[in-house]
Amino acid sequence: MDLSMKWINDYVDLNDIDIKAFCHGMTMSGSKVEGYTPEGADISKVVVGKILEKKQHENADALFVCQVDAGLENNIQIVTNAKNVKEGDLVPVALDGAVLPEGKIKKGKLRGVESFGMFCGLETLGLTEHDFPYADPEGVFVIEEDCKIGEDIHSAIGLDDTSVEFEITSNRPDCLSVTGLAREASSTFGKELKIKEPEFKGIDGDINGILKVDIENKEKCRRYCAGIVKNVKIAPSPRWLRERLRASGIRPINNFVDITNYVMLEYGQPMHAFDLRYVKDQHIIVRNAKSGEKITTLDGEERELSEEMLVIADSEKPVAVAGVMGGEYSGIMDDTVDVVFESAYFEPVQVRRTSKKLGLRSDASARYEKGVDPYISMTCLKRAFELVEQLGAGEPVKTVIDNDCFDSHELKTVDFSAEWINNFLGTDIAEEDMIKYLNSLGFEVKDSKVISPSFRIDIEYKADVAEEIARIYGYNNIPSTQFKGVAEAEYTPAQKFTRNIENAMTSIGCYEISTFSFISPKYFDKIMLPADSKLRKTETITNPLGEDTSVMRTTILPSMLEILSKNYNNRNEAVKLFEIGKEYIPTEPDKLPEEPLRLAIGMYGNDIDFYDIKGAAEKLMQILRINDCEYIRASDSDAFDEKSAFHPGRSAVVVKDGKAIGILGEMHPDTAENYGIGTKVYAAKFNIDDMLALAETEVNYKPLPKFPATTRDLSLICGDELPAGDIEKAIRKAAGKLLEKVTLFDVYKGKQIEDGKKSISYSISMRSHDGTLTDEQADNVMKKVLKELKNIGAELRK
Amino acid sequence: MKEQLNSIENQAMNEASSADSIKGLEELRIKYLGKKGELTAILKQMGKLSAEERPVIGQLANQIRQDIENAISSKMTALKAKEKEIKMAAEAIDITLPGKKPETGKLHPLKIVENEIKEIFLGMGFSVADGPEVEYDYYNFEALNLPPDHPARDTQDTFYITDNILLRTQTSSVQVHVMENQKPPIRIISPGCVYRSDAVDATHSPLFHQVEGLVVDKGITMADLKGTLETLMKKLYGNDCKIRLRPHHFPFTEPSAEVDVMCFNCHGEGCRICKGEGYIELLGAGMVHPKVLEGCGIDSSVYSGFAFGLGLERIVMRRYNISDMRLLFENDMRFLEQF
Repeated sequence: MDLSMKWINDYVDLNDIDIKAFCHGMTMSGSKVEGYTPEGADISKVVVGKILEKKQHENADALFVCQVDAGLENNIQIVTNAKNVKEGDLVPVALDGAVLPEGKIKKGKLRGVESFGMFCGLETLGLTEHDFPYADPEGVFVIEEDCKIGEDIHSAIGLDDTSVEFEITSNRPDCLSVTGLAREASSTFGKELKIKEPEFKGIDGDINGILKVDIENKEKCRRYCAGIVKNVKIAPSPRWLRERLRASGIRPINNFVDITNYVMLEYGQPMHAFDLRYVKDQHIIVRNAKSGEKITTLDGEERELSEEMLVIADSEKPVAVAGVMGGEYSGIMDDTVDVVFESAYFEPVQVRRTSKKLGLRSDASARYEKGVDPYISMTCLKRAFELVEQLGAGEPVKTVIDNDCFDSHELKTVDFSAEWINNFLGTDIAEEDMIKYLNSLGFEVKDSKVISPSFRIDIEYKADVAEEIARIYGYNNIPSTQFKGVAEAEYTPAQKFTRNIENAMTSIGCYEISTFSFISPKYFDKIMLPADSKLRKTETITNPLGEDTSVMRTTILPSMLEILSKNYNNRNEAVKLFEIGKEYIPTEPDKLPEEPLRLAIGMYGNDIDFYDIKGAAEKLMQILRINDCEYIRASDSDAFDEKSAFHPGRSAVVVKDGKAIGILGEMHPDTAENYGIGTKVYAAKFNIDDMLALAETEVNYKPLPKFPATTRDLSLICGDELPAGDIEKAIRKAAGKLLEKVTLFDVYKGKQIEDGKKSISYSISMRSHDGTLTDEQADNVMKKVLKELKNIGAELRK
Repeated sequence: MKEQLNSIENQAMNEASSADSIKGLEELRIKYLGKKGELTAILKQMGKLSAEERPVIGQLANQIRQDIENAISSKMTALKAKEKEIKMAAEAIDITLPGKKPETGKLHPLKIVENEIKEIFLGMGFSVADGPEVEYDYYNFEALNLPPDHPARDTQDTFYITDNILLRTQTSSVQVHVMENQKPPIRIISPGCVYRSDAVDATHSPLFHQVEGLVVDKGITMADLKGTLETLMKKLYGNDCKIRLRPHHFPFTEPSAEVDVMCFNCHGEGCRICKGEGYIELLGAGMVHPKVLEGCGIDSSVYSGFAFGLGLERIVMRRYNISDMRLLFENDMRFLEQF
């Protein structure tokens, strides 16, 4: 809402308040100011000049040399190409050094003749023909206003208003009007509000003989007031009216259209004017549209209507879409003789739905859909008539139609208790001050009730009243207190666990990332998910910004790969990343998805191989106390569909107590290629919920050993395909209780080792808590171990 | 003999004081004090002395032995110290060469600030609640006093999954879940992702993060809301931080406020960063609307509460002077390393 400062001063005298203080004050009492623009702020040193003499330029056919009285000591000479000016005309003169929106004006020579300024056209001053309809839009602006020679152009043509832009919240449609903002200003600054009931004289005549109005849908159209203006003279509006519209951001058209806009801006009540000639049978029917019915609206578009829309129709066809826009056909023309003014109350949701469905928004619909003052229709009709008479634009018929479907014009009330309000706000405001604030906003307080004015449709609860008092009292005058009561708070086990993962991952050397949880369905192809994978079943956004962000991810892996790819493309040589984020797994139709928390890890770099990502996982499990995990080949497990993205020979599923909790490894070369990553890249995904369930929560101290350990090294030779994991398992099984630690310290293939075999060496540490182990005891253990190893095909290297 | 002894003493003292190595000093000790040393040799001749002279010379000899020993020993200490000094000097290394850093990672700036905010509120007795991001219309809108066709729905461009299921546009949806499942007193915050169909640019993202706060109890006032937010801001921005409340409208709070924090750059004077305002808009807050309380089965005539929601990105960007929100989601290593 753009507010003309000149206009608001009609209702509340703000002349002693500077514009900045006004904007600040209004913002702090709840009408947020976005900014203000003094009109013609980018124009200076432009004055009214009178052309005393106009002569042909000696050296140029298209130029003229003028002597101009610009109110200066001496007349000045100006060279112009304007054909539309003559001696005696008043014109805007940009003097030497003048500033215009298009730049600075300096004296100079034109074809050898000195020129000390420039005549301005409308466009040069940032105006249009709508602002000054009498002016030639192509030539110099010949001023027909009452002004003085030498007068600054701003005051001479009324370019001296200031337009203040308000951001009005949806609960305050009453502030989408000059009177509404005037009321706020009057309350904010403690100034008297001067709004008077409009009055018009009118001519005798019986409206019922001229116009008939029937409301078919009384639920959606609660009130319809209409009146007739006879013998209209369609003309441009007077300057003051045009100026106010301009400052309010609305283009002046002609006196009748301007009057409807003026009343709307003044009271927030949309008005409509149409030509009586085109109301067939002079019968207005407010009804639902018929299916397939069409109307060409004022913006020239033909629109197809549907049955739930409300129209203003004559006996044959719709003439307007109720509350949204009028029809082009019945609009005001230059030859219009009799005008119908409509001032109605349409139900907000109705207007909102229609406007949304038609994709058509207007100043009227914006107000109706938020809710205009339900009882103000007649006042505004009268105001329109008052303006018609003031402008001498026609003869309003004294009698009017008021088709009122409201049961009564009862005002809403809310209980009032100063004590409750102070307890609620934490303040100590005197009751009489509260009442003063409320009165200044148009509320009445009577018998412990607050009676809302009809334009305040937002007041329903005591809290609403408290807000009114708080904002005029000043939010910043409310004290700051600490609420009472003691509460104990701590992270839940799941939250603590997640914090532990964050800490563990950073200590492992990974940087956390944050990604979008919606992805492109194409990402599933990039990680080569099988066509029938359940992960392809997603929660899909029906109105996405684009395909790239159109489905909720069912796997966190592609998000990680995208970021690895971005980093690779940005030439970051080595990165180690992790993310803790959700996946969104659909459940049943029309039910919410599950949103399990996942951990993703990703890394690439010169020194990084499979054992780095595995090592990271092992370290993480150790920190989180998920002990004794098994690592099985991903290709041997169906736990994660994402295994398709991994190198089948270099990936593993992490299993704890038979439960697969994660997958890790080198990405399949095709995956890397799909992501444009030209190096080996590694990733992992873990199910945090499962990890939490499997993590040991209790830590039991074990006594420090009293007796020394005995260590035996074991160099074995076995088939290359025998996994080290199997060997270690065999050692553990055979060594039993006395085993303390098995450490692999060498794997060797090559010279001295038969093809297809490998040498693998372990250090085995044994210890007893009952005494120092004897050599014999240790040898016995090693014998058992070797026997077990033989069974799986590993023998002592000779 | 006395003269002999004195001469040995002089000679030994001189040699000790001019000795320049530990080895030389060791030889000196043997030369004079060893079993075959000069002093020992003289003492062996003691037998030739008269009974009167013997104790006198004996005492003198012992005295001289003691003096020489002391001299050698103190010289030894000095030489050892010097030797250590030389050795240490030789061991000096270039301490400006880079150290061997253990490789560690860092949290994302959004998480750093989120964790900080969580800790602040934990300290104030708030628990941390979680809620679904894919949400029923009811929790995101209707229960928050935004019925269908409410004009304020327009301001939150919503992603829909079905007519009835959407991506939450605000963490306020968690308020409803919490109030449905928990009786007052309630003190929670709820950090998380929210979604609005804004195209990506320097200050907008279709996914961003909020931290919701909710307190419901008997006798909770708007002054308590102000006090709580002031505490938060002081902990986040320092004790001289000031806040300012402006009346605003949110359908689920009444009264509602937008909360500005004093500009860090100009401290309220007005500058380019705060567009001359002296304050920067930071969050929305208000007293929980009675309709919202009642809808969750909480008697609004007995209980009152306040709620607030702050945008994490805005706080993070302000704190680290990040001018483009996209950086937060691009996750370039050179960016992540900086926090």
